[in-house]
Amino acid sequence: MGGMTKRIVILGGGTGGTLGANRLRRIFSEEDVEIVVVDQNDDHVYQPGLLFVPFGLAHTDEIIRSRRHQIYEGVEFRQVPIQQVDTAGSTVHLADGSELGYDVLVVATGSVLVKEETEGLTGPGWMEKVFTFYDVAGAAALHDALDAFDGGRLVVNVVDMPIKCPVAPLEFCFLADWFFQQVGIRDRVDLTYVTPLDGAFTKPVASKTLTGLLEQKGVSLVTEFNTGEVDGAGGRLISYDGREVGFDLAVVVPLHGGADYVARSPGLGDELGFVPVDPHTLQSHTTPNIFAIGDAAGVPTSKAGSVTHFEGEVLVENVRRFLADEPLDASFDGHANCFIETGFGKALLIDFNYDTEPLPGHYPASVGLPLLKESRLNHLGKLMFQPLYWHSLLPGRDLPGVGSAMPARGKDTQGVR
Amino acid sequence: MPSTTYAGTSVEVNEEGFFEDPSEWTEAMAPQIAREQGIDELTEPHWQVIKFMRAEYAEKGTGPTVRVLGKTSGVTVKELYQLFPKGPAKMAAKIAGIPKPRGCI
Repeated sequence: MGGMTKRIVILGGGTGGTLGANRLRRIFSEEDVEIVVVDQNDDHVYQPGLLFVPFGLAHTDEIIRSRRHQIYEGVEFRQVPIQQVDTAGSTVHLADGSELGYDVLVVATGSVLVKEETEGLTGPGWMEKVFTFYDVAGAAALHDALDAFDGGRLVVNVVDMPIKCPVAPLEFCFLADWFFQQVGIRDRVDLTYVTPLDGAFTKPVASKTLTGLLEQKGVSLVTEFNTGEVDGAGGRLISYDGREVGFDLAVVVPLHGGADYVARSPGLGDELGFVPVDPHTLQSHTTPNIFAIGDAAGVPTSKAGSVTHFEGEVLVENVRRFLADEPLDASFDGHANCFIETGFGKALLIDFNYDTEPLPGHYPASVGLPLLKESRLNHLGKLMFQPLYWHSLLPGRDLPGVGSAMPARGKDTQGVR
Repeated sequence: MPSTTYAGTSVEVNEEGFFEDPSEWTEAMAPQIAREQGIDELTEPHWQVIKFMRAEYAEKGTGPTVRVLGKTSGVTVKELYQLFPKGPAKMAAKIAGIPKPRGCI
């Protein structure tokens, strides 16, 4: 590397930033490459756990750990907000006035909730009868609200895509059905799922299965509803085309955007604050020494931890190749793998990529977990994942039997209805 | 593959009426497609959105979503719904002769 120490700056110490930093630390010596991770706080949230908090199945303490402690020794962690990135000057400006030059920048600051972009969402009734479970405070407050709920209309609303984990709002519906049966008031609760999509999910085969599951669990479905306003006081969701859905309790998934500093950094992000990168190499379209991973990346696949995990391998290889002046590896295939909790100790599993939608069959091969079908085994898989997240995924180890590329074996491509 | 005739020219469309080949579209076809969608007259703001959709498609390979349209086209989301009541992204894409926006995943 020609003697001079290079510097890799990673913005964000969440899933992608942490596993990226740890994998990079393993392949580069400290003399050759300095690695710095920047984040504004030290709270690493296991985000899949947020779904369970409202139902008393997880407590917020159990899903938050120190960011710093997930990052290897030999990686510098700086806790400070990011002001902006000077892409032409390869420099990050930090909120404390200091600057951080880089040879390679990895954007891993995920997505943020932009609640204020929806009229009325945080107005009267917010955190009283309008909640979200997409952040820690919201999930905890919703737990109290569900405990106090004694019947009426509960609506679950996705304002617009893209959102993190597009299956989570559906899982919320399934768990709500289970929860109200457990407390004995299911007959007094009217559950409705309100979505901007034309079905329960974005991909046709899985959408059909999930729409069927909603029906089976007595959850009404309202489609192509683009929420323009949330009237918390009046208990109404109002769409841009003038339709209304009434509620006594609303669980809203707000609009998502990239981290605020992205918009302040000319040439870095798109109109929503995500960083446009090549979907196969994860390199910025505009600036060759910038890469993005995870929710922060503007690529056409789900914003999900599994995607971030699968991107890790290509990201690290391409940072290495970029620094060595070698052609990049264009092998990321958009692989996503999501357990969908369906209540009563069961879950289903979906596995897909840029080109292949979620199909029935088994994962990772014909002997394995059932795909697109409820089973107890998938629920156990979902539970088992949390310790693996902290102890294998974040340290950047490969998970046994789980490759970065989507396995085609085991998928039932003929039986698609 | 269904085909239909706009401005005297036969074009291929899919089952939902979106153009199979956006290069077959001409501005002269837009008023007729709009009428089929219940829009009697294309006004200047309609054209602003249609031209924006064409440009976005040419650059990015997919039409923008309603939210992105509202942020970038110079027309607010509320106005977009007044112009294209059945859903701006889809209706404007159809009139502009580009595929249904992929939306999101």
